[in-house]
Order: sequence, then C-alpha cells, then structure tokens
Amino acid sequence: MRKTTALRAAAAASAALLLATACNSQRGQDDKEAAADGACRGQQTTGITDKTIKLGGIYPLSGPASAYGAISDGVSTYFKHVNEKGGIDGRTVEFVVRDDGYQPPKAVEEARRLVEQEKVFAVFQTLGTPSTAAVWDYLNKRKVPQPFVATGASIWGTDDEHPWTTGWQPNYVAEARIYAKYLQEEKPKAKVAVLYQNDDFGKDLLGGFKEAVAGSGIKVVAEESYEVTDPSVSAQLTSLARSKADVLLDITTPKFGSQALAADAKNTKWNPLHIVNAVSASTTVLKPVGFKNVQGVVSATYFKDPADPQWADDAEMKTYKEALNKYAPDSDPANQLNAYGWAVASSLHKALDAMECPTREGLRDAVRNLKDVKVDMLLPGVTLSTGSDDAFPLETMQLMKFKGERWQLFGEPVDTRKEFGPPTK
Amino acid sequence: MSAVTEVLQQVVEGVGSGAVYASLALALVLIHRFTGIVNFAQGELAMISTYVAWQLVASGMPFWLALPVTLAVSFAGGMLIERLVIRPVQAAPELTTVIVTVGLFIFVNAMAGLIWSFTVKDFPQQFPDGGIDLAGVRVDWSTLGIIAVVAVVMGLLYLLFQHTSIGLMMRAVACNPASARLSGIRVGRVLMLGWGLAATVGAVSGVLVAPVLFLEPNMMGGVLIYAFAAATLGGFDSPVGAVVGGLLVGVAETLAGAYVDVIGADLKVGVPLVIILAVLLVRPQGLFGRAAVERA
Amino acid sequence: MSMNVATLGTDRARRLRAALTALLAVAAVVGAPFYFAPFQVFQLTMVLLYAVALAGLNLLVGFGGQISLGHGAFFAAGAYTAAVMLDRYDTGHLATLPVAAAGCFLLGLGFGVPALRLRGLYLALVTLSFAVFLPPLLKRLEPVTGGSMGLTVDKLQPPAWSGLAEDQWMYFVVLAVATVALLLARNLLRSRVGRALLAVRDNESAAEVMGVRLSLHKTLAFAWSAMFAGVAGCVYTWVIGFVSPDSFSFVLSITLLAGLVVGGLASLYGPLLGAAFVMYVPSVAQDISEAAPGVVFGLLIIAVMFVAPTGLAGLAGRVRGVITPLLTRTKPSAAVRTPESEPPSAPPAPAETAPADAEPVGAPPRTEKE
Repeated sequence: MRKTTALRAAAAASAALLLATACNSQRGQDDKEAAADGACRGQQTTGITDKTIKLGGIYPLSGPASAYGAISDGVSTYFKHVNEKGGIDGRTVEFVVRDDGYQPPKAVEEARRLVEQEKVFAVFQTLGTPSTAAVWDYLNKRKVPQPFVATGASIWGTDDEHPWTTGWQPNYVAEARIYAKYLQEEKPKAKVAVLYQNDDFGKDLLGGFKEAVAGSGIKVVAEESYEVTDPSVSAQLTSLARSKADVLLDITTPKFGSQALAADAKNTKWNPLHIVNAVSASTTVLKPVGFKNVQGVVSATYFKDPADPQWADDAEMKTYKEALNKYAPDSDPANQLNAYGWAVASSLHKALDAMECPTREGLRDAVRNLKDVKVDMLLPGVTLSTGSDDAFPLETMQLMKFKGERWQLFGEPVDTRKEFGPPTK
Repeated sequence: MSAVTEVLQQVVEGVGSGAVYASLALALVLIHRFTGIVNFAQGELAMISTYVAWQLVASGMPFWLALPVTLAVSFAGGMLIERLVIRPVQAAPELTTVIVTVGLFIFVNAMAGLIWSFTVKDFPQQFPDGGIDLAGVRVDWSTLGIIAVVAVVMGLLYLLFQHTSIGLMMRAVACNPASARLSGIRVGRVLMLGWGLAATVGAVSGVLVAPVLFLEPNMMGGVLIYAFAAATLGGFDSPVGAVVGGLLVGVAETLAGAYVDVIGADLKVGVPLVIILAVLLVRPQGLFGRAAVERA
Repeated sequence: MSMNVATLGTDRARRLRAALTALLAVAAVVGAPFYFAPFQVFQLTMVLLYAVALAGLNLLVGFGGQISLGHGAFFAAGAYTAAVMLDRYDTGHLATLPVAAAGCFLLGLGFGVPALRLRGLYLALVTLSFAVFLPPLLKRLEPVTGGSMGLTVDKLQPPAWSGLAEDQWMYFVVLAVATVALLLARNLLRSRVGRALLAVRDNESAAEVMGVRLSLHKTLAFAWSAMFAGVAGCVYTWVIGFVSPDSFSFVLSITLLAGLVVGGLASLYGPLLGAAFVMYVPSVAQDISEAAPGVVFGLLIIAVMFVAPTGLAGLAGRVRGVITPLLTRTKPSAAVRTPESEPPSAPPAPAETAPADAEPVGAPPRTEKE
C-alpha cells in the first residue's frame, strides 16, 4: 500500500507541476520564425513588423542588486517618449522587462522566455556580467541580437565568437586607462592605493590600471577588496591608509563609494588624491558625504549627470526629466541610472535607424557599424563608434574634478583607442 | 606612526565595526529570548525604522523629536507584525515561523526600495565630527558614540532580563508557552511585547549606524549576517554575549584582514566562521549562553 | 507483501487504480517535453533539478531534524566540480556526476562531524556562515575556478541516435537523475537508517537508549544530504553551462530552505512542490507587480505559510483529509490494524491532523510499516 501512496503522491505532484507550466503561459510555438523577402531575403524578422518592434530586457528588479533596476525605468521611459512621437522609423516599440534578481540561472530562464515565448526582436540589455555571460552563448546560437549589454567588462568587446553581443558603456579597462593617463601627466611618481569590489568589475578595472601603468613611475602600493555583502569598507580604508600612498583609486559601487569618500574625509592624517570610478561618481553618491568633504575628487564620465546643475538647461536633459516625470513619476530623475537607461536606449534608437534591413541581421550589422554617432545624452565630444572587430561603442571619457557643488569637466575627451590601442584579453 | 599604533588603529577600527554588529545582535538576542525564534527580518525592520526617522527629519522635524517618534512607531510596528504576521503561524513548526520572517525580509526590503528608491540617503550624524587622539590612535566620536549607546542598551536589556518580572515571564514563555499560559501569563501579550521591544532596539541600531553605513534598502543586509555571527558566538540568549561576540568578530576579522596576507580583505569573512566553530565545539551554547537542559 | 483475505477485493480495485494512476503519471511526465515549448521544458528541467537538492535537504531537515542554511554551498561545490572537470580536463558530462556526488558526500561527512556538537539554531547559523564564506573563496581560487568571471562550459548535448532536441534530452537526463535521487531518498528513509533518523529527530535520548548510534546516523544524514545537493549542482552545470561565484551566494541557501519548508518538510513529494514554488513564483510575482516583484514574492511566501503551515504537501493532505471521509464513508478502518497496510492517511478525525507524510517536525513518532 505504501506504493500507492507514493504513486498517488507522484501523480499529484507531477499533475501540479504540469498544470503550473501550462497555466504559466500558453504553449509557445517555437518553429515559426519569420523571415524577410527581397534584398534582405532569408534574414530573420521575428519581433519586427512595419508597425511594431518588440524588445526584451533583463534587469534585477528584486534582490540585492535591485538598485540597477532603475535603468529599465530610463529605457522604458525613452521608448514611451519615442512612441508618442511616432515611434522608431514608424514602428512602435514594445519593451518587455523581466526580472532575474541578478541570478544567472534566472537570467537564462528569462532570456529564453523573451526569445521563445515573447518572440522579441532583440534582447536589449542584460545587466551585470554574470547574467550576461550566462545567456550570451544561447543568444548567439539562436542568432538573437544582444546589443549594448549593461556591464563594462572588457570581455564583451574582445571576444570574437559572439558577433551578436556588443557592449555599450566604456569598458572598465578603458576607464582605468583614463586614470592612468591622468596620473602619468599629473603625478608621474604616484604611489597608488586601490580599493576595489571583489568581482569582475573591480578586477577588470584594477587589472586594466596595472597594465596601463606598467613600466611607468606609478606604482600600486596597496590594494584592498570588499564583497558586496560587506556592511562597510572602513576597515579596508584604514589598511590602505597605512600605505601612505598619495593617490587612492576607489573602484566601488554607490553605497560603498559614499562610505569610502566619507572614511577618507574623516582621516585627516592621510590626504591622498581621491579618484572615484564612474559607477560611483554620481552627485547622488557625493552629496550624502557632504560637498565640503569631497572637494578635489577626480573622476571620469561619458554621459550627462542629471543631478549636476550644469546640465539643468540642456535640451535633452529637459526632455528626459519631463518624460520621466510623465511616464515614470515614481522614479527620481536625479538618479544617474535612469539617465543611463535613457542614454543607452537613445543609442539603440540610432542603431535601429541605421539598419539597412529591418531584420535581426540588420541590427547586428548596424550595431557593429557605428561611425561617430552622436547621442544627446552623452557628453559633447563622446560618440559611438564600432567596427566588425570592435564591439566597444564607447571608449571616450572625459575627466572631471569636484568643485563647490558640482563636477567640473577638464581637459579634452580622451579616446583610449588612440592612446592605448584596443584592449586585449 | 609606529607599528604598535598602527595595530591599535586597526583594533579601534575593528571595535567600531564590532559595535555596529553588536547593536543589531542585541535585537536578535532579544527576540530570541522572548519567542525562541531567529528573526531574519530583524535587520530589514531596523532599516525601515531608519527610513521613518529619515523621512521625519527630511520633512523638517528636529532629530531629537524624530528619534522618540521613530522608536514609538517601531515599537507599535513590531507589535503589529507579531499580531498580524507571526501569530497566525504560532502553532506551526518553528521553521515555518522562520520562513515567514524570510518572507517578511524580502517584502520589507522591496517595499523600502519601492517607497524610497535605492539611491543612497544621507542620514544626519548626531555625534560631532572628528575624534580624539589617544597616543597617535585616532578614535572618532561617532565610534565612541556607537559604543556608548550599545553599552547602554546592553545594560538595559540585562536589567530587563534579570531583574524584572517581565524577564521572568518571557523566560517562561520562551521555555514552555503552554505551561506559562497555565500559570496565568498572557502569552500573546508577552510575545507582542517581545516583537515590539526587538523592533525598538533594532531602530536604535539602524539610526545609530546609518550615518556611517549610509542609508539605502540593503544597508542592514550585510550587518545581519555579522550580527548573526556575533549572537552565535556570544550565545543567543545573552545580551552581554552579543556585545562581546560582536566586538570579537569585528576585531578578529579586521586584524586578520589587515595583517594576514593569506587571508586578506576578501577572505576575512572566514575568520569569524573559524572562531565560531572553535568556540561552539567547546561550548555549544556560545560564550555566554546557557546550556539548554533537555527533558527526555 | 502479505495480504489480508478480507480486504482482497478492495485491494485489487485499489491496485488497479494505482496502476492506472501510475501509468497516467508516467505518460504525462514522459510526454511533457513533446507537448510543451522548449522554454517550458527547460523550466521543468530546472524544477526537477531543484527538487533533487530539496530532497537532500529534506533528509537532513525534515527527517533528521537538523537545520542547514548552507546547502547552497554544497550545491555550488557540485556545480563547480562539474564545471572544472569539463573546463580543465574535458572529461565529458557523465563522468562529473559520480565525482561531484562522492566529493560532496565526503564534504558533508566532514561537516557532519562538527555538526554533531551543534544544535538547532547554532548549526543553522554556522552553516549559513559557511555559505557566506564560499563565494569569496571561489573567487580567490581563480586559477581553478576562473575567479569572479566564472566558467562557461558546454551544455549537455543530445546524442544523434536519440533524435531529441537539446532541451528534451536534458529533461530526460535530469528526469532520470531526479527519479533515481527521489527513489533513493525514499528507500533510505524506509531502511534502518531512515528509521534511526526519525527516532533521533523525535527524541534523541530515547533513540540513544534504544541503541541507535546517534553520531553515526547524524553524520551520515549530513553526508547524504550534501551528496544530493552536490548532484543537483552538477546537473545544474550541465543545464545552464555557466557557473560564477555570485550565482551561489547565501541567498541560494536560504531559498533552498524556504523552498523546502514551503513545499512541505518530511514529505516525500514536498521537495517537488517546493522546487516548483522556487521556480515559478518569482515570475508570477513579477506578472502581478512589475514595479516591485519582491513585495509580491515576500507576501506570497507568508501567504503560503498561513494557508499551509506544514507546507504545500501538507495542504494537499489537509484537503484530502476533509474530502476523503465524505467520499468513502464505507471505508473500514480495518486497514489500520494490519501492519502491512498504509498508514491512516485520512482518519475521519479532525481536519488539522496532517497526513502521515507531512508531519510537522517534532510530531510524535509514528510506527514504520513495511
């Protein structure tokens, strides 16, 4: 009789399971992928018609990295704004956002949902290196474009086996080179202490920096890492202070950026030149520390910080703020992540405009064939450029120094390709 | 700076972190003493209390008025949660309650993000800037302030546990609710009181650490893990243990992270793990805990 | 199985019904990958995979009464074993399974020894700190583990003779692994080991007095349980093809425990239900509220625990407990008397009596019947 119980149990459980799967969604039809005629014959037109285009994005809307979910608000807002103006080349954009909680297996599931069930034209943005790395094999195998991933790891641009995937933001190596160049000019004998986040982001930036200063008079004399689960980085700062370095390179994400800046300000015996990386350079990170404590901090940027008063009268910034207030009234326009979303979405807009064929192949080629494309949310002088072997659209940044209550840009925008050549693996 | 002062400086740093862990560990100990469960949502409740204080201050209320209001709101909120969320599963196995607190954790964290966004907020620092210099070792006023408040809370809890009738009642309730009820204790009220008090102690912790850690919805997530370690090390039913445990964990991981190259800052989280294992193997009830006597 | 003559007739009918149910169940399970879209087959595969891990955790928590918040670490160990073998030594997928299983068994054994000294809460939190410690350790061992970038390895590919698509093949492989694992768990519990575990869980001192070797069985429970988690992790690598330290944060450990409790502790099919919850509910939560899926997910966990304090498996039993007496009034309670018959799953007693396979932890021991 035991058997019956077990059987009944198994039957009940599998019934529940299958029911859940069935209820979860209608049965997808996978085999009907659409193809184009004419000059673009044979190319995939899934997710795109003359009137519509369907895009899917995967962001952490829940879990420990949910702060980055704000990017999806910026992207959605941009598309809603464009739709109201008549869409992209007459096509209305439908943007499907899915949540992966920053977990790779979940990202795989959601990418498959978007491709196989939602039938999106492209997976426009996966966020974070782990999630992107987990899905890019799949997307490339399925020949689905994965343009402008929201992570700056250098692997997206240096890899040649994934033609459907491209980066967007300046990769961490490129950013590290900007700081290296700056130090070589300003403090050629600098001793550098580094605080970095112990993941791909921190390691990539630190590695790029070390590579760029190799052979010069600049030395990395101390490095301390932290985990995103750590409550605070103040102990690391105390350790770094022992090195008596004259430069502190601060490779952190926002909360830890604020902590590091505050801890540095508190320690009156050690006053290094504080370089904070772009991820934490938002005015929203510096303001809680107190403006008087962050004077003279150096960073680099490539898009306009919505919290910075110098862009208050900028036309694009005004459009952005109005649109955000209209379509995402709960979002904070001053949050730099919203502006990031807006900037990356308008970059995609340009790429979509440049497509020769309205197909997935067309987008893949357009994304890799951008020549000095201007995007209004980016800094003046920063443009998008790619090539068949260069999947880094942005490699130009400009240095800035914090003065008074705002960042002041200085020098010319630095094109790291010209200065250092393409990043290597 | 000599090597000795450098080490002392790191010790001060460790004590500072330890005090932060201890402040939340006190709330964990409190709720465990009252109800016998471990509350995963304790840190998040502290975080949301801190947001309440922040909101009050941001809307123009002076801090020293906002603080008591926040504590009162937290107390009421804690009791309400016990009544609405915990009471319905009180009869269920203990693990069910624990998982309910996990659900509460996820809910509260997401709720805070929804209301206040994930942007870092600056929380007003009540202790003066700067610090004192003791033979070359810099001690911030904020570190001293946190330690002082934690010591006071610890003292109050000690008095509550050892020298009041409530302490006796809650010991009876945590030990055996059925017998406690039979001897005339109103178990429901004691449990509500426990949740209210723990939420209040949590609120103190949140308000205390927010100027140092910076306020955002995940502020207490990392602290919670270390507070668990502190309470485990010190013994889950002793406020003194929680504080000693917190300080030990803080100092040990800071020193190991700074001076033992093999460990380094990335693996320093392993140091408390090793200490806890070593201590618990000798004293399974923690440093200051009382061994539970089981009746067969 | 010997048989009581008096119940022969009903028994035959019941057997027939059982066979029919079994047939239907098998048909449904085997047919699923041909009916559902590949993406949904993938989801089912993930459910089965998590169910293996939860079944292992169930051995420890549900039947052993020891709480572990560190099973994500064993899961990670299994996943990394497979990934490293595939990446560095190119061993082929099947070879990784026994290595991951054996490795995690030993790891569990190693953990089981100190775990003997620790009780309840303390054990839970020590295992939790182990789970917290693992990701930085994996990052540190960069030459082997690929550091924080993780490792990308080949997924399991269907052999040409099968004629199946990748997802279908993976589904069947994972189904096979899960079936073996679940049957193994069930048989373990029916064996001496299982009885000893239950006895220990329900009353340690009494069990010891009766001659159960406490330390041996508690350590073994840990080892078996770790092995299941390791197997699940290994299969995870086959299916996802990518591992990174941040995939296995302590949140995974907490999710596993939550999944098990939601599914139903000490129930044979609780792990399946729990795995389905872990897999499907987050996306349901997102469908309900796009702005804050976490709010809905948290509420759903709480709601399930309200409705089914002993887990979803217990809920099914409760419903049955209410309905069955109404349907089968004539059913004699004679079955209870014979040692061979099934445990009284639906006594006409009060509804809150949970069915035998979904007893809350700490319930009085029940007699085992073979």
